[in-house]
Amino acid sequence: MNILDELQKEQIRMDIPDFRPGDTVKVHVRIVEGNRERIQVFEGVVIGISNKGTGSSYTVRKVSYGIGVERVFPHDSPLVDKVEVVSRGRVRRSKIYYIRKLRGKAARIKEKISNL
Amino acid sequence: MVKGLIGKKLGMFQTFDESGHSLGVSVVQAGPCKVIQKKPNSRIQLGYGIAKESRLTKPALGHFKKAGVAACQHLREFPAENAEELEIGQEIKVDIFAPGEIVKVIGVGKGKGFAGVIKKWNFGGGPESHGSRSHRIPGSVGQCAWPSRIFKGRKMPGRLGGKSVTAPTVQVVEVRPEENLILLKGPIPGFRGSIVLIRKR
Repeated sequence: MNILDELQKEQIRMDIPDFRPGDTVKVHVRIVEGNRERIQVFEGVVIGISNKGTGSSYTVRKVSYGIGVERVFPHDSPLVDKVEVVSRGRVRRSKIYYIRKLRGKAARIKEKISNL
Repeated sequence: MVKGLIGKKLGMFQTFDESGHSLGVSVVQAGPCKVIQKKPNSRIQLGYGIAKESRLTKPALGHFKKAGVAACQHLREFPAENAEELEIGQEIKVDIFAPGEIVKVIGVGKGKGFAGVIKKWNFGGGPESHGSRSHRIPGSVGQCAWPSRIFKGRKMPGRLGGKSVTAPTVQVVEVRPEENLILLKGPIPGFRGSIVLIRKR
């Protein structure tokens, strides 16, 4: 195997669960304030995943006090403590950017019924 | 101690530093290099890679035979500290470098072909619109009846790249002597598979 591929393989975090666009996830982010470290949870819908080897990332969107907030997390970032999948959503696209234009009831995502 | 190594650029990938920020690193397979010859002024000739003996000339073969080592593909000279302590045929590995060290990387940059003045010399170019027809041309290159020639050194279009480039300050991120790998912060000259020299500063 290619040396570069092997080096990249070492970087990949295996503890991040599988999720797809449309899923709701809780991302536990490490925040360093001076000497103290705390964990902040960012909960939202995955609206896109970019697969680029060690440069892979995913975008999580939430609506906070009526304002849409999006964060892009590198898949293998050591700043992400863990990722929890809250629910699986049923969407037809790999990038659900259209959800940005939708508000309220229209912005809901149907939940996926598993094992069907 | 030899103050440099010959290596092969393998490519780049993305990783993270201690604070969790993403960091682009270049991977170089550096060494193992063999001491081929000792030169005056405590300079050392190093060899890297395996050459097919049938491809070499007899004088070149004799050079390796004298050192008692297998034929190498690339030969380069490096300065050395305490050159007397080095023996001919001795293997120099990548562990002469330490993480965090600042090194110099020399390689042949990517060839850009025949490039215009905007790419080659950072000219501004002409207006894009308002009836302008001089978009990317160099403009005036000189005066009129006097001197009725173009001065030497005028910046003109032409071949760009494909020449030796030195990256003067490159930080070493990681050294892996058992795999002969060195990870350097940021980009280095040349394309994947090209030969680079890593020098101590």
